[in-house]
Amino acid sequence: MKRIIFVFFLIIVAGPARLEAHAFLKDAIPSVGSTVQTSPNEVRIRFTENVEPAFSSIQVFNASGKEVDKRDVRLDRTDHALLRVSLPSLEAGIYKVVWRVVSVDTHVTSGNFTFQVAR
Amino acid sequence: MKFLSLLFWLICAAYEFGVINRAYGHGFAGARFFPATLSTDDPFVADEFSLPTVSSIVTPDDGGTRDTEVSSDIALRITPKWDIEFGETFITLNPSRGRAVNGFDNLSVGSKYEFFENDEHEAVLSVGLDVDVGGTGSNQVGADSFSTWTPAVFFGKGLGDLPQGLSLVRPVAITGLVGVGLPSSASTDGSPNPAVLRLGFAFEYSLIYLQEQVRDIGLRAPFDRMIPLVEVSLSDPLDRGQSGLVTGTVNPGVIWSGKYFQVGAEAVIPINSRTGNDVGFIAQLHFYLDDLFPHSLGRPLFGGNK
Repeated sequence: MKRIIFVFFLIIVAGPARLEAHAFLKDAIPSVGSTVQTSPNEVRIRFTENVEPAFSSIQVFNASGKEVDKRDVRLDRTDHALLRVSLPSLEAGIYKVVWRVVSVDTHVTSGNFTFQVAR
Repeated sequence: MKFLSLLFWLICAAYEFGVINRAYGHGFAGARFFPATLSTDDPFVADEFSLPTVSSIVTPDDGGTRDTEVSSDIALRITPKWDIEFGETFITLNPSRGRAVNGFDNLSVGSKYEFFENDEHEAVLSVGLDVDVGGTGSNQVGADSFSTWTPAVFFGKGLGDLPQGLSLVRPVAITGLVGVGLPSSASTDGSPNPAVLRLGFAFEYSLIYLQEQVRDIGLRAPFDRMIPLVEVSLSDPLDRGQSGLVTGTVNPGVIWSGKYFQVGAEAVIPINSRTGNDVGFIAQLHFYLDDLFPHSLGRPLFGGNK
């Protein structure tokens, strides 16, 4: 039993270099709950893990629930934990960002947040 | 023992290199992540492993006895919504007078089924049955000679669906359980064994949720992965002359959740002198098997897709 426990701990300590986990939101631009003075060109969300672009999405909705993003969600070329979607010029108001991602080990996570465009 | 080691590795190898399936083992309901709570069982069906959980408190037995417990629990999913659970505890009783004794408590075997989940409202309901198998522990530390069957209903609810105007309340979540412990024997050596109502609640404020879903207030590691919480655990005997002799604790503490494991620590405050005489503690190291072994121990045995 001691051997099993020892090996289990060894895997945990040595294993993470090849393991992935649930992808949580690490940071976003515009940042979660923030107010920006001008319309951003895109929403960028960086996750704690690399994500699968084919099964991952970001949608941006205005206050009346209409999707306003350009529906061109893409993974950053160099950072596979960074997902981006382009935006048109946004009017002043509150916008809701809804994301759903699949990390490379197939775990699914989702979330949403708002940001405000001041003018 | 060699056979057990071999079996362990065969299971790991067979699954780890097997077919990739999409599965969800953590405590998620929509955007809400619920940590595994220390003192009360949470409502989620999951692949998880706690080793160790250490607790210590002075109980009123024999004029004051320090009860120190080291336990381990493992839960493995059979299907995405159904798991089995095993737990064992090593107890050391150190009375104020006399010599200390130690030994294992009865083996705990359980199962849980999650029958309701609403992602939009971050809500989950499950039912479970736990059996403390009588006679498997040491009578030196008071392990019962009879079994106790505890059916229970578990719930979890995040407040993320509150209006934006209440944004700072949205990181709050509540989990809990209501169960009844039913002894297989009415009395032991003349002492009654009552049925016991068991209540447990955990009130959580997730800084993870605050940062990710509500407002980035600039928290950095390790604070951005912390979940302060207060757990309440109550036992209320229902019959056999014991009714009303409530015992319980209120446990304020914090859980830090990382990629592959979480650590938590709580103070254990007795609600009355029947429960204990001073403030104790509980601490736990808890592993997420679904992230550590996503293709083996960390996925359901059957029906990998949710």
